[in-house]
Formats: sequence, structure tokens, C-alpha cells
Amino acid sequence: MSEQLRVNPIACEAHGMCAELLPERITLDEWGYPIIDQEPLSPELLEHARRAAQACPTFALILRRRVR
Amino acid sequence: MTDRDSRISPLPRLLKGVPSQGAMRLAAHVATHGEAPLARGRRKRRGSSALIDLVEQAGLRGRGGAAFPAARKMRSVHDARGRAVVVVNAAEGEPASDKDRMLVRVLPHLVLDGGLLAAQALGADEVIVCVCELESGAIASLQLALAERERSTGGARVRIATVPAGFVSGEESALVNHLNGGPALPTFTPPRPFERGVAQRPTLVNNAETLAHVALIARHGPKWFRELGTDAEPGSTLVTLSGPVEYPGVYEIEPGASLSSLIDAAGGAIAPIRAALLGGYGGSWVAAESPQQLALSSDGLSAHGASLGAGVVALISEQACGVAETARITRWLARQSARQCGPCVNGLDAIAGSLEEVAAGIAPAKARQQIARFAALARGRGACAHPDGAVRFVVSALQLFGEEFSEHASYGHCDGCTRAELPLAAHSRALVSAGR
Repeated sequence: MSEQLRVNPIACEAHGMCAELLPERITLDEWGYPIIDQEPLSPELLEHARRAAQACPTFALILRRRVR
Repeated sequence: MTDRDSRISPLPRLLKGVPSQGAMRLAAHVATHGEAPLARGRRKRRGSSALIDLVEQAGLRGRGGAAFPAARKMRSVHDARGRAVVVVNAAEGEPASDKDRMLVRVLPHLVLDGGLLAAQALGADEVIVCVCELESGAIASLQLALAERERSTGGARVRIATVPAGFVSGEESALVNHLNGGPALPTFTPPRPFERGVAQRPTLVNNAETLAHVALIARHGPKWFRELGTDAEPGSTLVTLSGPVEYPGVYEIEPGASLSSLIDAAGGAIAPIRAALLGGYGGSWVAAESPQQLALSSDGLSAHGASLGAGVVALISEQACGVAETARITRWLARQSARQCGPCVNGLDAIAGSLEEVAAGIAPAKARQQIARFAALARGRGACAHPDGAVRFVVSALQLFGEEFSEHASYGHCDGCTRAELPLAAHSRALVSAGR
């Protein structure tokens, strides 16, 4: 059971919290919008990913079970 | 035309009997195509899936650009919980496409037949026909057609909904959002419209041409439908041809017809043709050096990295400038962004800016790499496919017009730069032709 990070691009306002909380998987493009590396999340990183999703001011970062 | 003639010449189908002026009235429509097999009386809550089976056997694919199997979409709506709604999508925000507004304006009864037959198959009690608010002719034609039909709607209610002009207004989720009282802008799906669409009900959103084909499949069956086209792309298809030909307009062709046959049907080229933009402004450029060999089918075009999309064939002449055309259309595409998603807003604006600098010869040396980088940043990062289409258009332009881009980067504008050949405002649509 692996989980996957997704961004709702309409909700995202480029606050950039996610990249600070999960730099292992999230970088920002030159306008401040997140680019997500879809490498599977280790249990340790999963915890950070959860925190990053919770910290997003617009709830644009979504952690959910991987489909397929 | 006698039956014998129609066997010899299987086209036109949708455009059969198109009047030279005005719309086809109900009596002429019935005389041309026969009555639509619509049941009288009250509508069953769960529709009959017989029509869906016919559409499946016919192998009809959606004609809005994505070519999704029409029967699969219908079945998803049929199987979803709740009373279904049918949305006929004739919003057609693509400036180089004319076929859907033409169908609604000239052949409103064929489109209505398709929408009502789909409603019958799905047990839907409402059909909503969506037309761009600027298309007053299409709206008037639909109103007149509805008045003519009165009760012959198989029990479903039909209403016309106007949609704000805009490239992304006709995107499925934008349309549903608009019909639910929101702005005509794409949403971040799911739920998909087939699950919860208009008024949270299962919603079939089909392109107007797709439903016009459904209207004929219901009458003549899948075997007849497959007499034209290929196994992968059965049936006929509408294309909008623009550019330096004698009679630009909407044509009905058999998939696989060559580009030169289409140009011939349009009275021939009136200037040497440099390139064809296929599939619209989210499509791809193809060189027009051997139009006889360019087959207008997904197989024929995929070899060139292109597709017919919603049936757009936009030609430019050798006097036009591929660089300036690309910069101009890309700027327009950037402005057509719904401005909801950062990578689309910023990425397309940056690409357009770089292209304009290249065209003017004032770009930094690494402009091409910069465009490629912006393209990679915009692609796949929007809620809808708008940035993906714009990037596809730009990348194919860089490939086809590579030399011209280099020349412009060094020397700036050329003589052709001021020729704007690709249509942006809805272009002249005086002629509706039914050639091959």
C-alpha cells in the first residue's frame, strides 16, 4: 500500500511550505509552484509528507493512496 | 439524389442535403434522413441500452478532440446512480474549428435527434444544448428548430444554454461548472461528470458532431456506419479547412483521405502551401511538402506526431511566417488560460514572451533552450489539458520551423511576419461544403 502526493493546481498559491517540509520529494519551479518527485515514499518520509500536506495553507497538497 | 447515387457516393452523410442558405427545416430533415427512432410517451427511468450497443458496434469515437469511445462514455452514465442529463457540447472555443456551430446552425434537427436519442438510451429527462453566447445565428436556429418539433422530443425537455466565449469554456468540467452556476472554467476533477455532473446527476457530455453521428447510427445501424473509414476510425468525419484555398469551410471526409483531396474538394490552393496545423491550436504542425501522401487519419498522422483532434486543418501559405504565426497564436493561448493554475499562467506567458523575442531578433542566445524548459514546466501541471496543448503546438513549431527560428533569432522580423493567416476571431464561414 503506497501513498502518493498530488497537487491541486487550482488551489495551489505557491506558498512553498511543502518544499520546506519535504525537500526530499518537492522542489519549486521558478514561480514557486511545487514539482513533485513521484519516487515511492519511505515510512519515514511518509510522515513528513503527511505533515507537509497538513501544513499547506490552501490544502492543495494531497496525500492519497496510489491508484494502480 | 436517388438511392443508387447514394450507394455510388457514400458521402456526404451528416451534410447530406445541406441547404445552400439557412438551416434545414424539420420537414426537409425528415425527408432527407427519415424519422428518428424516438419512442412516444413517458420516459423510462432506466433507459434502453439498445442504442448504446449500436454505438459500440459502430465503433464511434468522440469528435470533440479526445476520440474517446462514445459507447463507453454512454455506458458509464447509464450505469451511474440517478437520473441522467445529456449535454450537447457545441461551445467550440477553438477559433480554427467551425463544424459544431455549423451543425447547430445549419442542421439543428440532426444534433437534436442525437441528443434526444442519447437521452432515451440513458433514461435522461433533460437535454441541454450548449452554444457560445456570440453565436446568435446558431442560437436562433436552435430556437426555431425546437419550436418546430414541439412534442416530438421523446419526452425529454430540451433547453439551450449559452456559454461565455473562450478557448477553455467548452472543456467538459468547465461546461458542467458553468451549468451548475459557477464560472465556465475547468475544475480539478474528480468527480467526473458521468458520476456527478449537472445538478450532481450523472451527465453525458458529448460533442455536437458525435451526437449527429449517433442520430444516423440509430437510423441506419453500425454496419452502415462502418462502410466508411477504417476499423480504428469508422464512419465519416467533419473537418474545418482554413487557409489559402478557394473555399475554406467545413467538409465531411472519410478518415484516411489525403490532404490534397481535401484541398481539391475546397476548390484547390490559391497560393503555395507551406504547412498544415492539424488538430487546432493545441495540435501539431506538419510540413505540406507532399499533401498527396498525408493521410488524414490517426494512423496516417501519428507518424508525423499529429492528430486530427476536433477536425482542424489550418493551412498557411509560403508567404506566411511560421515563427510569427507561432508567437501570435501562443500569446493568444497564454491569454486564454483560465488563470487558475500557476504553471499554466506563468509558463505560457513565459513561452509567448520568448517566442516574441525570437521573432523580433532580440532574444538571448539560449532562447530555444529556455522555451524548452518553460514547456517542460507547463506540461501536465494544469487542472485541464490547456497547457499541454499549447506546449504541443510550440514544440512542433520549433521542429518544423527550426531554420526560420534561427534566422529570426539572428536577423529579426521577416517580410512574412505581418501576414497573420491563422484565424483568431471566428473566421468567415460563408461556405459549408460537402466534398470529400
